[in-house]
Amino acid sequence: MSSSTRISYSNRMDELNTEGDVEIRCGEGSRSRDVEPERAGAPESERDEEEEEDAMPLKYGADSVIKLFVPVTLCMMVVVATIKSVSFYTEGGQYLIYTPFHEESPDVGTKIWNAVANAAILIGVIVVLTIFLVVLYKYRCYRFIQGWLIVSTLILVFFFAFMYLGEVLRAYNIAMDYITLAVVIWNFGVVGMVCIHWKGPLLLQQAYLILISALMALIFIKYLPDWTTWVILGAISIYDLVAVLCPRGPLRVLVETAQERNESIFPALIYSSTFMVPTVATMADREEEGEDHNSSNPEPNDSGSTARIQEEEPVADHPEESSGVKLGLGDFIFYSVLVGKASSVADWNTTLACFISILVGLCLTLLLLAVFRKALPALPISITFGLIFYLSTAYVISPFSQTLAANQVYI
Amino acid sequence: MALMEFFGSMFISLGPAIALFALSIANNPVKIILFAAAMFFWLVSLLISSCLWRAVVPLQQVLAFSVPFAVILQEMFRFLYCLLLKKASVGFEKVVSPDKDDTLKVLTRNPHTMGYIAGLGFGVGSGLYSISNILSSISGPGTVGIEDDSPNRSSKFILESSFMSLCFILLHICWGMLFHAAAAIYNKPYNIILILYVIFSHMLVSLLSLIYTLLPALITAYAVLCVSFIIAFYVAGGSLHNIKHLIKRTSGNWEPPKD
Repeated sequence: MSSSTRISYSNRMDELNTEGDVEIRCGEGSRSRDVEPERAGAPESERDEEEEEDAMPLKYGADSVIKLFVPVTLCMMVVVATIKSVSFYTEGGQYLIYTPFHEESPDVGTKIWNAVANAAILIGVIVVLTIFLVVLYKYRCYRFIQGWLIVSTLILVFFFAFMYLGEVLRAYNIAMDYITLAVVIWNFGVVGMVCIHWKGPLLLQQAYLILISALMALIFIKYLPDWTTWVILGAISIYDLVAVLCPRGPLRVLVETAQERNESIFPALIYSSTFMVPTVATMADREEEGEDHNSSNPEPNDSGSTARIQEEEPVADHPEESSGVKLGLGDFIFYSVLVGKASSVADWNTTLACFISILVGLCLTLLLLAVFRKALPALPISITFGLIFYLSTAYVISPFSQTLAANQVYI
Repeated sequence: MALMEFFGSMFISLGPAIALFALSIANNPVKIILFAAAMFFWLVSLLISSCLWRAVVPLQQVLAFSVPFAVILQEMFRFLYCLLLKKASVGFEKVVSPDKDDTLKVLTRNPHTMGYIAGLGFGVGSGLYSISNILSSISGPGTVGIEDDSPNRSSKFILESSFMSLCFILLHICWGMLFHAAAAIYNKPYNIILILYVIFSHMLVSLLSLIYTLLPALITAYAVLCVSFIIAFYVAGGSLHNIKHLIKRTSGNWEPPKD
């Protein structure tokens, strides 16, 4: 048999800078960069290389899965912790203009059509805005898009954070003077804007992206009526599936346009496990020297793709992190909405079940990604699992589990 | 005071599991995924057992009806998970080259690791589900000194529940290892004996917990835990020789037992 040596986990990305990496996102489309390993001058046998190739997506698949498990778990934990301790986000009664039907009647039928109508309105708004974004991107109105993104992150990072801080202070009955508050919010906001839209330490950027996803999820949990939330979760995963996979879907068009132009999509909307240069700013420069770049790229696919990887090799002092897996912030938001809503209306069993099912769904999605190697929607599988387990745990498992625990019966 | 009880109960029941997870599973991404998959399988088995409980409406208060089915379903899903692991490890063996030290090697280097992960996944699922409702109500107001009908009138409910959850987590680890060894490694007749032992001991401990006081079940469960641990230790390749070597810490001159 074997001894129990500890298997050390080492990050081998520095050695294999030509690995195949894939990314998934939702909400704003995604892109996959599929790179074949270089075959020139390899002294080892072909079979070894092929075995290594097959093992690579499996091994790096596991790596990517964990690199996404951790931020998704953190986002969910922030949302659940807030929901359980700050009652502001579970108080109903206030709604957005997008959901005019407030589900106030006790009749189930009325609630259902209210929820469906609200969901239809919201999905309609999302579709219109996405198509608008794709049209802007196609006609190269980069400044407009960047301005739009800056305004929305500005609102998130200043106003929603201020609201959140206020409610947390109120929940714990802590007094804070306006001067301290102003300094704190100003610093938090400005550092957030810099990290998300420009350069910053990777960990800080990831932390800010997680925080703004959590804030957005909390806003959704607060301002959407109950049944509407569940219907929207279902509807948006169907929309995601359609938008990313259908040939005329807006997100697929966005992905393909970005691929044609050799650009990466706005870093403010994607969580990436490695450094990414905010290419919207450099797109203008690239347009001028576009011809030179294109002519210097040799024709064959392999070396062409490797050249592409190298020109996007982001920051000079981090050569080892060439590419990683990416997940759209919309996915973070909707996963957290599901788990947060489950924790607000049901007990810990349900929350745990939703959490595990979302993680398993994410794992399956990444597995599919490793198999298909193109942009995939991250919402459908996880949200489906999450919804199934929410309903079944809240109505079937929880009563059983509570009866068992109350009688001290262990199965 | 209630908060202290909450933390005490949480660390009693979940402490060893958290430590085991942090030390042996958290460093390796493949292990984490297998662990999450094991918890998912346990959850699905619980879902089917609860559907059964819910479906048979007149017997909902008679837990003695649904407990055996729950145990059998858990063991069935453990068997399914071990089959899945076996297929996965066969697949990986064809792919991973022998002299690369990878994180994937965990699947092929020591086959008992997968049984351990399966057991820990099932155990943490079982432990979390049995203790989380109790934990969430302990820290609330009005729970200090929950009395039961015993003459001592001490706060036994919380302690007993925590220790029983802990015992089940550890038991699931042992059962997972035994089951995986039986399903994936051994041949007849050992595997049938091991599987029957796992099912029998699980059924015994669960059915005993149906008795009004938890104490007999608690003592039996810990006794079963000791026995299962010894069996699992031997199955995983341990022996008295290993223990002696561990205690003596002879460095570098370890030889396998001559047999």
